[in-house]
Amino acid sequence: MDFQTFAWVAQDGLTTGTIYALISLALVMIFAVTRIIFVPQGEFLSFGTLTLACLQEGRFPGTVWLLLAFALLASLAELVDVHRRSPSLRDTLLRSRSLLFTLGVPLAIAAVVWAVSGHPIPFLLQVVLTLAIVTPMGPLLYRFAFQPVASASVLLLLIISVAIHVALTGLGLLFFGAEGARTSAFTDGSITWGDIDIPLQNVWVIGSCLAAILVLYLFFGRTIYGRALRATAFNRTGARLVGISPNLAGALTFTLAAALGALSGVLIGPITTIYYDSGFLSGLKGFVGAIIGGMASYPLAAAGAILVGLIEGFGSFWASAYKEVIVFTLIIPVLLWRSFKDPHREED
Amino acid sequence: MKSNRVVLLVLLALLALAPALLPPFYVTLLNYVGLFSIVALGLVLLTGVAGLTSFGQAAFCGIGAYATAVLTTQFGLSPWLALIAALAITGVVALLIGAITLRLGGHYLPLATIAWGISLYYLFGTLPGLGQFTGIADLPALTLFGLPLKSERSYYYLIWAATLASLLVTHNFLTSQPGRIVQSLNGTASMAQAFGANTARIKMQVFLYAALLSCLSGWLYAHLQRYVNPTPFSVNAGIEYLFMAVIGGTGGVWGAVVGAAIVTFLRQILQDALPALLGRSGQFESIVFGTLIVVMLHRARLGVWPLIKAMLPSPPRSQRVEPLDIPQRPRREHGEGKLDGLHTEAILLDVRDLSKNFDGLPAVQNISFQVRVGEIVGLIGPNGAGKTTTFNLISGALATSSGTVELNGHVISNREPYEIAEFGLARTFQHVKLVPDLTVLDNVMLGAWLRRKDGFIRSCLRLERKNEALSRREATRQIERIGLQDHIDTLAGNLPLGHQRLVEIARALMANPLLLLLDEPAAALRHKEQERLFMLLEQLRSEKMTILLVEHDMDFVMRLADRIVVMETGQKIAEGLPAAIQRNEQVQNSYLGCAV
Repeated sequence: MDFQTFAWVAQDGLTTGTIYALISLALVMIFAVTRIIFVPQGEFLSFGTLTLACLQEGRFPGTVWLLLAFALLASLAELVDVHRRSPSLRDTLLRSRSLLFTLGVPLAIAAVVWAVSGHPIPFLLQVVLTLAIVTPMGPLLYRFAFQPVASASVLLLLIISVAIHVALTGLGLLFFGAEGARTSAFTDGSITWGDIDIPLQNVWVIGSCLAAILVLYLFFGRTIYGRALRATAFNRTGARLVGISPNLAGALTFTLAAALGALSGVLIGPITTIYYDSGFLSGLKGFVGAIIGGMASYPLAAAGAILVGLIEGFGSFWASAYKEVIVFTLIIPVLLWRSFKDPHREED
Repeated sequence: MKSNRVVLLVLLALLALAPALLPPFYVTLLNYVGLFSIVALGLVLLTGVAGLTSFGQAAFCGIGAYATAVLTTQFGLSPWLALIAALAITGVVALLIGAITLRLGGHYLPLATIAWGISLYYLFGTLPGLGQFTGIADLPALTLFGLPLKSERSYYYLIWAATLASLLVTHNFLTSQPGRIVQSLNGTASMAQAFGANTARIKMQVFLYAALLSCLSGWLYAHLQRYVNPTPFSVNAGIEYLFMAVIGGTGGVWGAVVGAAIVTFLRQILQDALPALLGRSGQFESIVFGTLIVVMLHRARLGVWPLIKAMLPSPPRSQRVEPLDIPQRPRREHGEGKLDGLHTEAILLDVRDLSKNFDGLPAVQNISFQVRVGEIVGLIGPNGAGKTTTFNLISGALATSSGTVELNGHVISNREPYEIAEFGLARTFQHVKLVPDLTVLDNVMLGAWLRRKDGFIRSCLRLERKNEALSRREATRQIERIGLQDHIDTLAGNLPLGHQRLVEIARALMANPLLLLLDEPAAALRHKEQERLFMLLEQLRSEKMTILLVEHDMDFVMRLADRIVVMETGQKIAEGLPAAIQRNEQVQNSYLGCAV
């Protein structure tokens, strides 16, 4: 392998790695705040790509129906909760004002997509619409699937999240069919740096990921909501006692995670063909990264995910048939290292 | 029991007649129910009972199926020999994977199972010797006593014989002493260790057993289809097996069959109905399965089997048996032989300069004291004095920072709790650690772990029934001793806290210990219960039982203890007879803020 090939494979791996890093960050964030091991994070990615592809082809994306279904389920969950707490009708109505938001926002988004679909729309608007369709799915999903059992054990939450992954994969097949989709590149062409050609798409990906990480950094460091999430992650009961609602924290985290998922889908679309079930493997690769970071450290998780991307890149160069085997077997030495690093005494 | 037997017999008769009565299509479905039940059964034990979630069982099926496919088609081995080889290969792989992943805490294990599930799936699909994604065809049909099992009908009997045998063996195991230990792993593993159970080893046994069941199912599947390819062994299949176990539920081995049957038949119905309903073809049943699981975990976490079980006649209460003597547990001998029961001056527990720092924060500093044979010593001190930490250092629940603890002349500090138990120590816990889903009797019987030494295989084959009967008698006697004979069949989780504390003492006595550690035994006890406890401890004193207890009830501890050790902020501030301690100015200061 000469230097040029090496550099080409490396920058390719780096690009996929940074997308995995976005997934890893979302997974670590969700786990820290809600204790949920969110296996379906990858579905947000595939929904992102497939929704964008639909918009580019001028079709009405099926994810909008899913968004509306989620809104309905979340509203139902909300109504049931409110009804349980307030026997009087007036009270129920007064307290159900949040439904305007839960139902209203998805309906508004659906209306906009309905209005513009079929018309040629500029690329930036396509991306904005994609993010607007996929992002609200996060908090809505949290509302009806996780909030009712928020205090359950980590393992129960994990099984629920795997079940959601299974259901979402089936829904993905229903809405998008078995054919894969690839979106058009943000900008064509490449820049030359020394002997190496770097496709502009890769520059876009890495740049956007860095920008997203910077936004997250500012959000968690500078804003009151970001600090509230950090407080919840640090000590759930303590945060609750000082008035941070665990429901709000959950909804907020899932909003961020879904947005990151949709963004990663938008970014990966021009690089790889995405099928309705591609999200699972990408999500799991994010997990390998997150586990390298012990499911706790953001920088380590991001570094781990980039490492996964690089290993996958070189793996597919040298032994393309074995690339998945290599990536998922990698987790075993990592787990060994983890188990020696923080030895696990029998816990109850 | 009788009416339960009738239900079981009717069920078995229906199973036996099914191939004759049902059209072939349903026989095929029932074949799958049997195959899936075997895998789900392993998961009921592994996930439902022991709390170790695995999404990777399909990969073990794959190892079984591919092993036999390669050995029979490429090496011409008999399928039965190939089964032995497949079990051996699966065993080795499971031991390797288990050694790496079982030591990981909580959620790392299920993630790891997904990872190796995917790895093995892609290996099946890419290794050249395994036919890649096209698979291996033309596996030989099984023959049994010279009869070829070529038809679905004849194979049906083989599958269900294997399924019922697995159910029986697993049921035997669950209702045995090691089975009780497995039931304690999910939540009270530290208790099991304190009674001498090597929980890491037991987890590995359960993991291995579940893997071997999967391998058996994979082998049966391979010779039923006479063709293998990677798809049935993917991580998606692994997820589906876990769903079967979750839907079926725990609380008995039949949950596996119920779960496998529901998933198999429901999938069949959905595969017919959904594409017609949705107007396109595809595997849309996953939408329903996923949703069903979420709804179930929200509404009926225990699964379907407990609901069915509630409709069946309940088993009779355990019969009262006349207590008989159970042989005393042989204790480890040691060279010096200080203990012979006569020299009551002999030192049983010797704590020397014991210290514990938590990240530099000293919790216990240079504590030294001794407990002599037959003595009752009280360890008291204000909240945060380090009493429970001292207890945990002695019992091995915490590692010491420095200093040594000797029990009966053996150094026990910095050993695993299950090793320390073997030297003759038994304890109760400040925060009660009973297995809530087991009866009082079962919980007390757990204490006899070290007196029985009944292993996994003996238990599966019911070769330990004599020991079981003996320890049942002994447990009954201990329960009568604490006055809870009327609650012997009550689930421990349903008892009031005061009763639970007494059950903990009965369990500790079951271990036949040299030294009994009691962590706040009188807390949360009502006056009458406290008197009962007092009389029990007095009785133990007359039997020359040595006891070290932490207690906050001063009246109780001053009446009971021969000697008192007082701790404050991690240090020993006084030691002596109860009357002297009550007069000690430093003690008065620490408790009352001034001398009186």
